[in-house]
Amino acid sequence: MTARAAITGMGILAPNGIGHEAYWRATLAGTGGIGEITRFDATQYPSRLAGVIHDFDPASYLPSRLIVQTDLWSQFALAATAMALDDAGVDLASVPEFEFGVVTASSSGGNEFGQREIQKLWSRGPHFVGAYQSIAWFYAATTGQISIRHGARGACGVMVSEQASGLDALGQARRAIRSEARVVVSGGTEAPLSPYALVCQLASGRLSDSADPEHCYLPFDAAARGHVPGEGGAILIVEDVAAATAREARIYAEIAGYAAGFDPQPGGGHSPSLARTITLALADAGIPPQDVDVVFADAAAVPWLDRSEAAAIETVFGPHAVPVTAPKTMVGRLYAGGAPLDVATALLAIRDGVIPPTAGVGELGDGYQIDLVRGDARTARLRTALVIARGFGGFNAALLVRATD
Amino acid sequence: MRAFTLDDLKGIMQRAGGIDGASELDVESADTSFYDLGYDSLAVLEIAARIQEDFTVRLSDDMVERLASPSDAISVVNELLAGGA
Repeated sequence: MTARAAITGMGILAPNGIGHEAYWRATLAGTGGIGEITRFDATQYPSRLAGVIHDFDPASYLPSRLIVQTDLWSQFALAATAMALDDAGVDLASVPEFEFGVVTASSSGGNEFGQREIQKLWSRGPHFVGAYQSIAWFYAATTGQISIRHGARGACGVMVSEQASGLDALGQARRAIRSEARVVVSGGTEAPLSPYALVCQLASGRLSDSADPEHCYLPFDAAARGHVPGEGGAILIVEDVAAATAREARIYAEIAGYAAGFDPQPGGGHSPSLARTITLALADAGIPPQDVDVVFADAAAVPWLDRSEAAAIETVFGPHAVPVTAPKTMVGRLYAGGAPLDVATALLAIRDGVIPPTAGVGELGDGYQIDLVRGDARTARLRTALVIARGFGGFNAALLVRATD
Repeated sequence: MRAFTLDDLKGIMQRAGGIDGASELDVESADTSFYDLGYDSLAVLEIAARIQEDFTVRLSDDMVERLASPSDAISVVNELLAGGA
């Protein structure tokens, strides 16, 4: 009998709210967190807006011993993990140590920490590089620190596929549950606001150069001109359904289906694969398209990517057949934190029967046949949500969550 | 060049490994191992790196391995400073 995986806890740090209830209140009200980048002086850069988390003091969540050896990205995740474990109410002492794992998503690792050490290397010499560089910058650092802090000796790993990482991490967490794990800390965070990290993102050609925080990130809009980055994300506690039920846990939803794909190079004559990925995820879940109540879009806000995503949604579901939304317009693309935050948002939407809106989008571009939820949040009975995520370079993934009650 | 003192080391320990193990450190407890004070091998490497930054001495890998306690660190560094290394 294949074990089933459910999400029983969440911890959110987002530009418009720290803690999942604060985030959800702000999101339903359409209150965003995009503004000028404040972590460094970005006035010389062509893109200066981002979703920034103000008022995050690592010392409120972590001992100083951990703060000196971690990047902000891991600090976000450690804080969110504590919130998520508290939310799940799981008694870790009762979980056999090899059945407790950690699989997080990462897109760019410890940017600020790494940049600081690289600057020391090239300006002062190798002896001035700190010892913690060895553990603070690389993609698995967050997984490692969470595992050490909470005694998770089971299946551990990291998934690195840019914005698709978060769904891939949850897919991997589900695999772990089907193997030996009983509890897996999953999801992910991102801290992409250092000069080096911003320059890397600028090279993608996908960043919006708008100076208007309310209208800078407009997916499917006729005026779509790229996205803005954001920091933070969500940590989700994934648990074996049988074990969660036995301890009478509050189950947000089951991870019902998951699939990943890879797009061909643009202009190479082959079709993008997102429609197939979504179809595979539906088949994995045993759910027909008409049973999906809401779609949380990847929402790249780059015209050719928007067209590709809308075409995939229309192909699988039919035109205007299912509500589509992108609350990430309020906070930016959080890369490794983005898809986990979308999944957490989907769980809250299912819990409360309301679809959060897409912010800022006015007139849709020509030919889009999607029911994009804009303006006010929309009340709806929701049991099944699809989350789509695509990563720069061709990664794509789809994940379905479904209420279990 | 002035001597390397316990207060210098305490400051470095706090910056390198966090405040917790260093705050109560005094002459009597300076023989306690770094490990017992809560500083693991990476933290000791980091402490050694900061000492080299602040006091312009070079601690070889062998020397770093021999830094078992704060009092070890103080005597090793002061030997190097006296020798003009």
